[in-house]
This record gives sequence, C-alpha cells and structure tokens, in this order.
Amino acid sequence: MYREIIIDHYKNPRMKGTLDPHDYSYEDDNPLCGDRIRIDVRVDDEGRISEAAFSGEGCAISMSSADMLTEAIIGKTLEEVKALDKAYILEMLGIELGAVRLKCALLSLKVLKAGVYGLETLEEELL
Amino acid sequence: MRSLSGAKTLDVMRVRQDFPVLARETRKGVPLVYLDSAATAQKPRTVIDAMTNFYETQNANIHRGIHRLAEEATEAHEAARKRVADFIGAASSREIIFTRNTTESINLVVFSWGRSNLHSGDCILLTEMEHHSNSVPWMLLAEELGLRLEFVPITGEGLLDLEAYARLLELEPRMVGFTHMSNVLGTINPVKKMTEMAHEAGALVLIDGAQSVPHFAVDISDVGADFMAFSAHKMCGPTGIGVLYGREALLESMPPFLGGGDMIKRVSLREFKANDPPYKFEAGTPAIAEAIGFGAAIDYLDELGMDAVHAHEQQLIGYALERLAEVPGLQQYGPDAEKRGGVVAFTFNGIHPHDLAQILDDVGVAVRAGHHCAMPLHESLSIPATTRASFYIYNTIEEIDALIGGLHKAKGVFG
Ligand SMILES: Cc1ncc(COP(=O)(O)O)c(C=O)c1O
Repeated sequence: MYREIIIDHYKNPRMKGTLDPHDYSYEDDNPLCGDRIRIDVRVDDEGRISEAAFSGEGCAISMSSADMLTEAIIGKTLEEVKALDKAYILEMLGIELGAVRLKCALLSLKVLKAGVYGLETLEEELL
Repeated sequence: MRSLSGAKTLDVMRVRQDFPVLARETRKGVPLVYLDSAATAQKPRTVIDAMTNFYETQNANIHRGIHRLAEEATEAHEAARKRVADFIGAASSREIIFTRNTTESINLVVFSWGRSNLHSGDCILLTEMEHHSNSVPWMLLAEELGLRLEFVPITGEGLLDLEAYARLLELEPRMVGFTHMSNVLGTINPVKKMTEMAHEAGALVLIDGAQSVPHFAVDISDVGADFMAFSAHKMCGPTGIGVLYGREALLESMPPFLGGGDMIKRVSLREFKANDPPYKFEAGTPAIAEAIGFGAAIDYLDELGMDAVHAHEQQLIGYALERLAEVPGLQQYGPDAEKRGGVVAFTFNGIHPHDLAQILDDVGVAVRAGHHCAMPLHESLSIPATTRASFYIYNTIEEIDALIGGLHKAKGVFG
C-alpha cells in the first residue's frame, strides 16, 4: 500500500501551503482519525484552476492524496473538477483501499468539492 | 467452580489450540498476531459449539413456552444468568440483567435510574478516562434534565487523581461512574476504595467493568458498587449480549427501561404492571443463543482460573513495556505494569496511527488505531490518536516480538 510515490508525496509534498488571496477555500476533518485538510484554489479568467494548495495533517494516505490531487487539478475547469470521483483518486494513488482507509483517501476530494461548490458532498456521492 | 487462587498457571500453547481463528493466516504465509482483544476477544471452540448446539438441538423462544424445547431453552438461558452471577460474586441471579453490551447497560442506568431520580442541578461525577459509553449517555440526560457533569482528572502517570476525586466528592454527586480499567492507558483503578469514598459522600456507584471482568477476578460484593456493566464479547463470549449488575433493592425501585413483551406481569388496554427484576429490564426476545455462549465463555475462563489469566497478562504487559521502551521515538501512555492490565497505547516517530496499524497489518499484527472511543482522554494527552496493542490469554511473548519487528519495519518505510 505504501508505494514509493505515496511515501514521496507524503514526505516531500509539492503543494503544501495556503493561498492568500484565494477564490475558494474549504476545510474539513475526519474526527475519527484526526485527519484535517484545507484546500485553497485560485481560478483564472477562463474558469480554470491556476493555483492550488493544501494544508493540514493526517496519515500518509490522506496527505499524499491531497498533494497529488491539488497538483492534478491545475489547469482543470471547475466543471472538470466536478467530474472527479473515487475511481479517479484510486487510480491516482495506484492502490486498492478498504472502507476505512477509503475515507482517508477521499477526504481531499470531499474538501475540494465542498470548497468549489459550496456544499458538502456525501461520501457516497463520491463513489 | 471457582479455581483456587494462584493455583494454576496458564499453558498458552494449549489455550491457543482452543481458538480456531488463531490458526488462520492474514494473507498467504503471514500468521495472525491478534493484539486487539480490548476491542473484542476471540472465541474458543467451546463457545462456538455451545451456540451451534443450541440452534441444532434446542432452539425455541424462552419463557411461557410449554413445549419441551421452550423449557430446555429457558433453562439453559437462566443457567447462563446464574453462571454470570456466580462469576462476579453477585448475591443472586435477580441482580443480573442481560443487555446487548456495556453501552446498553450504562444507558439503562442513566435512563431508568437517572431519569427517575435526578433533578436539575444534580451532579454526576465521572472521570477523564471514560470510554464514550460512560459519558455520552450522561450528556444526553444532562441536557434533558440540566445536570452538572464533573470529571476526575488524571495524573501525569496516567492514574486517577484521588485527591481531586476527594475534593469533587464534596460537590455531593448523586452518582459516581468510573471505569475499572482504562481501555487506553490500561490503568486499573482502586475501585473498592473509590466506592467506599463515594458511598461516604452519599453517592451511588456505577462501574464500567468492560475491561476488568474479562481480565481478572472481580467480586462485586467485595467491591460494594451499586451497578456494574460489562460485555460478553470481550471475555471470549459472543457479541450481542452484555450485563448490567445492579443491587437488588435498587433494581426493585427503578422503572423499566424499554417496554414490551417479557417485562410485564399484566397488561390492560391502558396500563401495565411491570415484572420483577431482572425481567423488568429485559423487553422482547433476548439473545438466547448468545446467553448460552456467554455461559460457555465463563466456564472456559473459570477453568483457566482468573488469577492465572491475570498473571499471564501481567507477564505480557511487563515484557511489552520493556521492549517498547527500547524503541527510539516511541512514546507509550499509562502507568507501570503493576498498575495496569494488558493494554498499551503509543505514538511512534510522528507516524500517523493509521499508517502504523496498516504496516503492522502487512506483517499480520492486528492492532487498533484511533481514539479508542476516548476522545476527551486523547485531548487531555494532547494527541489526536494512538496505536493500541492489547493482550489476552492466547497471546505470547513471540507475538510481542512480532509487534516490535513491525515497528522497525514502519520506521524503515517512513524513516
Ligand atoms: C472501558 C470500556 N467501556 C465500554 C466499552 C463499550 O463496550 P461495548 O461496545 O461492548 O458496549 C468498551 C469497549 O469498547 C470499553 O473498553
């Protein structure tokens, strides 16, 4: 499960930080394991994400998924972000996950969508 | 059938033979190292067989049945109740209420005794090391009635602060609730002394015995507490059944918890007369096969001898604390081995407990990661989560070595 790429993104995150000012920002946590993620994004005139950053703390799965996701959305339109789902995240991570760790992996996508659309997506809706 | 104290030692290799699940591998070539018994214990063959046998030969609903199977089922169910009463030294089977688990037992006390005896402004004294099951029900009632909840703090060593306890008793709480053994720190609390102090202050006492009754001899008559809750599944028994022990006079005075069949003597269109304890608190068809499995679990533990069980776990926790202390970057929480049971929670090198538990799972070691239903305790330790290893009768020194090996592996991955 701890593929090198995951450990690498965990130890050397590329996208860690905050953006001030930002167009969208949202934070959420998973109190069960103490994971907390905030994602900030800037959107250019054409409606594409030009910058993104994440901050927070959590396990290697949640942190590397947040790092990879914020990296991957640069250049995407908000409409394209809407289409991202569980399968996308799993493919990005390149691992299979049980129900418990799935929550860790999906926290960043949940935060991103909540930030961009202003509403909380239920876990099930990401599936 | 109680064993002579100290007369037996536990033959762990023989014990392991009794637990079918211990023979499995977690994945090919990786044997199971089960260090999560504080969450739930594994089941010996005798318990599994007792339940299967019931379904295959006796299954019927209990009470009121006139036919042969119903009579046998009722007898077996009530025999299990008697086994429980004897096991904890209760004065009578009437003091043993079967519930679903510890949590439901505590809720029964809160909503039956609490709702009918407490008033706005009354104080309930709990501790900072409670499992959520002994705090959240009280929060619910506190909101309903306007109760004041107070909490005994813990010392740096992970013990209850008994001086603070004495001071808090001056608030004249109506009920004092505390865990016999912490499911995170492993701390074994001085329940007899705490009960005496509470009674002197005029409070009743509720003990959460979820982690004590499975692991060492508990004689409730000696402790003197008014209520005690525990779960079968943590003591080799099935899930779905637990116990509330209550002093008979108290149970007599308390209103029913849930309404329905079995808890009544007589019902008319608009009124009912409640049954006697313990049936008054057992509405609906109970977990019959589970009660029978529970009885078999108690037989099993009695056969081993609870003092032998405790001695075995003392040996394991002593060794585990020694080995863990040698691991650089590892911080364990809780007191010395003599003051605790077979539970150890720790943090390690800033590795998130989920990641740690996952890597341990790769080598077959099953531990728990998170807050272990004790979020306020973790808050007071200023950590979001810990990894917890817990031991029982079937664990070995070699399994603790496997845990230590897994920790070194995790260090390699995250190093
Ligand atoms: C100290 C303590 N109290 C209560 C409980 C709750 O037990 P149950 O889930 O069986 O109701 C547990 C078990 O998780 C526990 O360790």
